[in-house]
Amino acid sequence: MDLFSNLALGFSTATSLANLGFCLIGVLLGTLIGVLPGIGATATIAMLLPITFQIGDATSSLIMLAGIYYGAQYGGSTTAILINMPGESSSAVTAIDGYQMARQGRAGAALAIAAIGSFFAGTVSTVLVAVFAPPLTAIALQFGAAEYFSLMVVGLVSSIALAHGSIVKALAMVVLGLLLGLVGTDIFSGTPRFTLGIREYADGLNFVAVAIGVFGIAEILRNLENEQTRTALIRHVSGLFPTRDDWKRMTAPILRGTALGSALGILPGGGAILASFASYTMEKRLSKRPQEFGRGAIEGVAGPESANNAGAQTSFIPMLTLGIPANPVMALMIGAMIIQGIVPGPEVASSNPELFWGIIASMWIGNLMLIVLNLPLIGLWVKLLTVPYYVLFPAIMAFCSIGVYSVSSNPYDLYAVALFGLLGYVLVKLRCEPAPLLLGFVLGPLLEENLRRAMRLSRGDPMTFLERPISAVLLLMALGVLVVVLLPAVRKKREEVFVEED
Amino acid sequence: MKKFAGALLAAAALAFTSSAWAQSSYPERTVTVVVPFAAGGPTDTVTRLVAESMSKDLGQQIVVENVGGAGGTLGAGRVASADPDGYTLLLHHIGMATSATLYRKLAYDTLNAFDYVGLVTEVPMTIVARKDFEPTDLKGLVEYARANADKVTVANAGIGAASHLCGMLFMSAIQTPLVTVPYKGTGPAMTDLLGSQVDIMCDQTTNTTKQIKGGTIKAYAVTTPQRLDVFPDLPTTDEAGLPGMQVSIWHGLYAPKGTPPEVVEKLSQSLQKALADPNVVARFAELGTVPSPASDATPAALKAKLEGEITRWKPIIEAAGQYAD
Repeated sequence: MDLFSNLALGFSTATSLANLGFCLIGVLLGTLIGVLPGIGATATIAMLLPITFQIGDATSSLIMLAGIYYGAQYGGSTTAILINMPGESSSAVTAIDGYQMARQGRAGAALAIAAIGSFFAGTVSTVLVAVFAPPLTAIALQFGAAEYFSLMVVGLVSSIALAHGSIVKALAMVVLGLLLGLVGTDIFSGTPRFTLGIREYADGLNFVAVAIGVFGIAEILRNLENEQTRTALIRHVSGLFPTRDDWKRMTAPILRGTALGSALGILPGGGAILASFASYTMEKRLSKRPQEFGRGAIEGVAGPESANNAGAQTSFIPMLTLGIPANPVMALMIGAMIIQGIVPGPEVASSNPELFWGIIASMWIGNLMLIVLNLPLIGLWVKLLTVPYYVLFPAIMAFCSIGVYSVSSNPYDLYAVALFGLLGYVLVKLRCEPAPLLLGFVLGPLLEENLRRAMRLSRGDPMTFLERPISAVLLLMALGVLVVVLLPAVRKKREEVFVEED
Repeated sequence: MKKFAGALLAAAALAFTSSAWAQSSYPERTVTVVVPFAAGGPTDTVTRLVAESMSKDLGQQIVVENVGGAGGTLGAGRVASADPDGYTLLLHHIGMATSATLYRKLAYDTLNAFDYVGLVTEVPMTIVARKDFEPTDLKGLVEYARANADKVTVANAGIGAASHLCGMLFMSAIQTPLVTVPYKGTGPAMTDLLGSQVDIMCDQTTNTTKQIKGGTIKAYAVTTPQRLDVFPDLPTTDEAGLPGMQVSIWHGLYAPKGTPPEVVEKLSQSLQKALADPNVVARFAELGTVPSPASDATPAALKAKLEGEITRWKPIIEAAGQYAD
C-alpha cells in the first residue's frame, strides 16, 4: 500500500527529534499568539519568515509555521470564550455561546469542549488530507465563480439563524455588514468605493479591526459601565471539565462540524470562512433546545470549533496539491517554501515526498501536542478571569492595538477599531447582535465578486447559475432554507421561543 | 565550520568596507526594506532572498516590512516620506512606473521622490492557457482570439498587477479587446485557470513555472528576447509571431530622495554582491528568473528603466481607459 509507506515516511520525518521540537515550538507560539487578543497567525508567521533562513530545512520550517497556524486557531478560541475577543472570522462564532458559558462560570467546560472538538476534527481531517488530497482537489477545481456565488447565497440565507433575538434586527445587521464589505477598490473597474478619499482604506476595512471593535471593544465598554457585575460574575467559576451531560450533547455536533468543516475547507475561494458559521446554523436548526443558542449552548461551541479546525487542516489541500494559497497564511507558507528552494506546485508530492507527508504527519502530532498542552492549561486561563478588570482591560487594549497594527502596519486600522468599538457599543444598547454583521461583512465582497465574475464569464447570461449543476443544487438548498425560515407555522413557533433577552 | 567561514567572510567584508568608506559608518543599525505587497508573494520572496544576502554583506540586520495596499502605492508613499538616511528602503516592481499613470492622484511624485539604488531582477512573463484550450501555438491563439473576441476570457490578478499589464499589452498587440476577468490576486486567478474556468492569462514565471512543468496549464510563449533556461522548448513572442510584445516584471531598490550619495553607493555595491551570491542565483533560477547583472544594479540603470517604462506604459494604459482611482 502506497498510503502506508507514504504515511510511514511522513511519520518518520515528523518524529525526528528536531522536527518534533519545531512542531512543539510552533504550537506553543501559536497558542500564545492566539491567546493574545488581536495578534493573529498571519502577522506572526510574516515576522518569523526570516528565521526560516536560519533553520535551513524546508520541512522543519514548514512544520513550525504550520504549528503556529493551527496553534493560533486553537488559542484564538480561548480569547473568544474568555473575553469575547475573536481574532478571526472562525472564532467570531465561538464567541457567541462560548462567552455566554464563561459568564455563567462555565469557561473551563467551554474551553475543554473547544479543545476536544478541535482535536477530533484535526484527527479526522488529517486522515482526509492524507487519503483523498488529489481527488478532493479535482472537486474543488469544479467550483467556479457561479458555484461560489451560490455557496455564498446559502451562507447568507442561513445566517439569519445566527440571531437569537429579532429576525428583523438580524437582517438589518447582515445588510449593514454587506454595506461595510463594499468599502474598498472595486476590482472590476478599479474605482474606490466609500473610502472617503482615504487611500489606506483602498483595500477595504480590515476584518480583524472590525471584529475586535464590534465584539471586544464593545464588550469592554459595556463591562466598564458597571464594575460590580463583572466582579460578581467571576466568583463562581466551577467545573473545569465537561459533565456527562455535556459529553452527550457535544458528540453529534462535533461529528457534524468535522464533516462540514472538512468539506468547506477544501474550497480555495473562501469556503473555509463559512465553516464555523454554517456549523452554528446547522446545530441551531437541529437542536431540540434552540432557545439556548446565544445563551451558552454547548452545541454552539462544539460544532463551530470542530468545523473551524477541520477547515483549517483541509485548507492545506489546495496548497499541497496545487501550490495555490487558500488564505494569507498559506501564501506565507508558499513564500517560506520558495525561500528554502522548493517552489510549490502540482509536483511537490512526488518531488518532495518527505516534505509533503512530513507536514501531513506533523499536523496530527501537532494537534495531539495541543490537546496535551492545553487541557492542563485551562485552569490557568480561567484564573486569568480573576485578574482585576482595571488591570486586564488596559492590557487587552494594548495587545489589540499592537495586533491590529501588525497586520499591515496601517494606522487607519486602529482608527477603525475605535470607530467599530463605539458602533459595537451602540449595537449592544440597541440589542443588535454583531455576529450577523460580521458574516455579512465577510461574505458580501465574495458574493459580489463572484456574482460579477460569473456574469462576465457567461457574457451576462444569468442562466449560468442554474445551468451549472453544482450551482443549481446550492441555490435549491438556499431556497429550502428560505422556505423553512419563512414558513408561517415555523415562524410562529420561532416567535414564541425567542422572547427578547432582558 | 560553515558558520565560522561565514563569520570570517563577514569580518573580511566589514574590514574592506570600513577602510573604503572610512568617513561613513553606515549602517550602524537595522535597515528596513519596505515591500509594498503582502508577505509571501513573488516580490516579497525576491526581497527576502536579496535582503538576507545583503545583510550578511553590510553586517547589519535587514528587516523586510510589508506595507501592502492600493497597488503598491501605500508602501511607496511611506518610503517617499521617510527620513533619507538609508535606513528605510523600498523594493518595488514595474508597478512603480505604471502606477504613475494608473493613479491620477498619488501621494508622491514618482520621478522626484526617490533616489535609485539599482535594478534587482527582471522576471519574464509567460502566456499560458487552460490545458484543454484549443489553440496549440501562439499563432493559433492569436487567430482564435481574433475570431472569438467576445468569447475568449483573459484572467488577471487585479488592476495594476503584472498579469493585468501583460494582458493589456497582449490585447494591444493583437489589436483585439477580449473579455478580461479580474481576480483578487494571482492565487484565485491561477485556481480558475487550473479548473478551466477561464481561458488564458499572462503571468510571471514565479507563478507559472511549476504549473507549466506539472502539465496543469499550457504555455504558448515567453515575453523575453531570449528563450529561458527552464523552458528551452518554449518560443519567445518574437519567434512565435508577436514581435515586439516584450514585457518583464523588473524590480528595483529605491531610497528616499536626499539619501547621502555614499550610502546609496554602498547599498548599490552591496546589492551587486548579493545578486552574485550563489544561493540567490540558485533560488532565482528555481523561480525562472535571473538576477540583474552588476551593470544594471546601478542607480543610473534603474533611473533610466523607470523613466523609459513610465513613457512606454502611459499610452497603453490611457488607451485602455482604466484607472485605479
